[in-house]
Amino acid sequence: MFKFVLVKLAQLIPTFIGVTIVAFAFIRLLPGDPILLMAGERGISPERYAQLEAQLGFDRSPIIQYFDFLANLVQGDLGTSLVTHAPVMEEFLSRFPATVELSAFALAFAIIIGLPAGVIAATRRGTSIDHTVMGISLTGYSMPIFWWGLLLIMFFSSTLGWTPVSGRISYLYFVDSVTGFMTIDTLLAGDWAAFLSALHYLILPAIVLGTIPMAVIARQTRSSMLEVLGEDYVRTARAKGLSNFRVIMVHTLRNALITVVTVIGLQVGVLLAGAILTETIFSWPGIGKWMIDAISRRDYPAVQGGLVLIAFIVMIVNLLVDVAYGIINPRIRY
Amino acid sequence: MKRTLLAAGVAAFALGATPAMAKTLVYCSEGSPEGFDPSLYTAGTTFDASSKPVYNRLVEFKPGTTELRPGIAESWEVSEDGKEITFNLRDDAQFHTTDYFTPSRPLNADDVIYTFQRQMNEDNAYYQHNNGSYEYFNAMSMSELIDEIVKVDEHTVTFKLTRPEAPFLANLAMDFASIHSKEYGDKMLEAGTPERVNQQPIGTGPYQFVNYREDAAIRYSANPDYFRGQQPLDNLVFAITSDAQVRYQKLRAGECHVMPYPNPSDIDEMKQNDSIQVLEEPGLNVAYFAYNTQQEPFDDPKVRKALNMAVNKEAIIDAVFQGAGQVAKNPIPPTMWGYNEAIEDDPYDPEKAQQMLEEAGVENLEMNIWAMPVQRPYMPNARRTAELMQADLAKVGVDAEIVTYEWGEYLKRSSNLDRDGAVILGWTGDNGDPDNFLAVLLGCDGVGGANRAQWCHEPFDELIMEAKTLTDQDQRAELYKEAQVVFKEQAPWNTIAHSTVFMPLRQEVTGYTIDPLGGHSFEGVDLK
Repeated sequence: MFKFVLVKLAQLIPTFIGVTIVAFAFIRLLPGDPILLMAGERGISPERYAQLEAQLGFDRSPIIQYFDFLANLVQGDLGTSLVTHAPVMEEFLSRFPATVELSAFALAFAIIIGLPAGVIAATRRGTSIDHTVMGISLTGYSMPIFWWGLLLIMFFSSTLGWTPVSGRISYLYFVDSVTGFMTIDTLLAGDWAAFLSALHYLILPAIVLGTIPMAVIARQTRSSMLEVLGEDYVRTARAKGLSNFRVIMVHTLRNALITVVTVIGLQVGVLLAGAILTETIFSWPGIGKWMIDAISRRDYPAVQGGLVLIAFIVMIVNLLVDVAYGIINPRIRY
Repeated sequence: MKRTLLAAGVAAFALGATPAMAKTLVYCSEGSPEGFDPSLYTAGTTFDASSKPVYNRLVEFKPGTTELRPGIAESWEVSEDGKEITFNLRDDAQFHTTDYFTPSRPLNADDVIYTFQRQMNEDNAYYQHNNGSYEYFNAMSMSELIDEIVKVDEHTVTFKLTRPEAPFLANLAMDFASIHSKEYGDKMLEAGTPERVNQQPIGTGPYQFVNYREDAAIRYSANPDYFRGQQPLDNLVFAITSDAQVRYQKLRAGECHVMPYPNPSDIDEMKQNDSIQVLEEPGLNVAYFAYNTQQEPFDDPKVRKALNMAVNKEAIIDAVFQGAGQVAKNPIPPTMWGYNEAIEDDPYDPEKAQQMLEEAGVENLEMNIWAMPVQRPYMPNARRTAELMQADLAKVGVDAEIVTYEWGEYLKRSSNLDRDGAVILGWTGDNGDPDNFLAVLLGCDGVGGANRAQWCHEPFDELIMEAKTLTDQDQRAELYKEAQVVFKEQAPWNTIAHSTVFMPLRQEVTGYTIDPLGGHSFEGVDLK
């Protein structure tokens, strides 16, 4: 097991180097120049341009810039943002909890709805319930996030007034950031009203971000349930005269969950990608919105640093999923 | 039943909104500020969050106008030769007292000198800390203009200039010239945290900074010691909301009171909503179509004039601006002093245009139309404008092709002397002075830069250069009016439009005025 993790970690190194190259090249291959964008219609004199370019180190060859980036990265230094002049790592870490919090609630929503829906669809295979569940999940899977978000805002927030339109917490509350997780910070501060406000603001974005994972989980649960239901040991369990509930929950679901857990783990990448759009619609101050701003301002250090960190997180989560897979599936031994 | 309960719960949330009876105005701003030191940045979003609420300038723009009024300076005198300006500072301007700074003295001449030293003196610690990246200060040529700033006494400073420059006063009303506290700056240097000046601003303005939750919200509270009197609002909150559609939904739901930059297509619906009022003002801007006057056949004014007459600008106003704009005949907007009302625009007359082209010996002309890839306050949709122009030009036998580039690239390539074709672009005024349009965009110095027509025409340049050196505004206005006549004869641009600025607010907001310079200020704003 320990050896397995070590081997997996070693395998991450070339992937990680690849990611740094892609991240570094991506923002530079986009047309556009941070200095020119900043100068706008007014333009900038060639002398001043050269001066700024030299200050920022952009006049050096890209190869040297890349190795400079890599050398600093190894020391945990991602450089400073061209716009705010603050360290990229600091900027990322201060926004990351917001994204994690939103993703966690979205994933919880996806599992709470998706898992039972998949189980019900599988046990009622071929019935109208099955068709309905699968129809809804297919719709959810193909829902464009931006459109879906606006639709929910217009209906629930503007028309019915049940949920806030956007933001993370009502402006009435200001809670000092301890963990960066609004729900936890409000509880630490012992401010119940603020906690409820934070939950209230989480509802819509969590649903919007959780919709695609919910659909994926429902479909995966259904198909692996169906697979397991056809196994001999399920037939044996039924033949022993076990209750239907016990057959489904203990003998089928537990075995079906093995693949479902893997799929849930893979949703982390989907959530982070979806967070970019969801955060933009709901003005959610996480890394998605931060990355969008950085890209549009061609803030090279912020974009490359952000991409590397996100890729790193996805890689680590995938590794954890692999490990978890071994733990819940007794048939796998490393 | 369940639904009523839920509704009641939601109502309880909404009512929870009145724990204290503090008056709070929420502004749905369109983006995150880059920082809180306005001297370091050029973006309006940043100025809205920093210089407007927190700081004051020596002289300021009277709300809703481009006229100057006293700010930190109660009064000022300009010397006979125009090279010395002496400011008498008010003695009751207090810097903010916050949980991170307590001033020991009111604002004085040292603060004014410090504010400019940090932007121009290479030995200044803040100049070094920020690598001298004071873009607006540089762009307005302030370091070339200011020879020396002299402290006459505690409350008097004299600016000595290298040459007489009439727009200089207006420059001092711009955001980058916001007056900082020397005491605060020194304290942060001593503590080894000069970057805090850009994170926790201290100024003398109507609101003081409370805190900023990145990308989410900025909070301010009324400055109790403000020299123009304490604001009627207790708190000001910027709720950062980057999508225009979402801002509108927030305004509808009452989550914010004021929103900038609405989608033009939403305006009609907003006007019909009883809880929303929509203010509108002509913007201090111009959208233009600049020929490359150094390229054949566009070096011939007759050809340029003919092409201007081939384009139906009314149709562009209807289709692209959806009525939210007016046809431009001059390079400066009609709300600006010095605007020449008497100028007659080239009429839309395709037949005459074709005839003029033939007379000029131009046949089978092929040209590029450059269309900007982005929406700007002066131009809602350049692509659509280019298409309309293309169709109009086809009618007079000109075969036009539309080209575009990424925004940064577009700005750079359109400046090139050998640029092929004519470019759609525009400008929003910085300081309300005609010089800021005519010299920047059409002066000889701007060729290869902001002068996209690459147009250096001596009679025009002489007029605007002379106007710069005079202090009498009426005399200056006469010269600018004359310059507009020359401009119209020479037609380096087709002046397309001046757009209208819309500002949707909740009905309960009072005292808000649209800033023609494009800023958003909440001084004097109240809630009914």
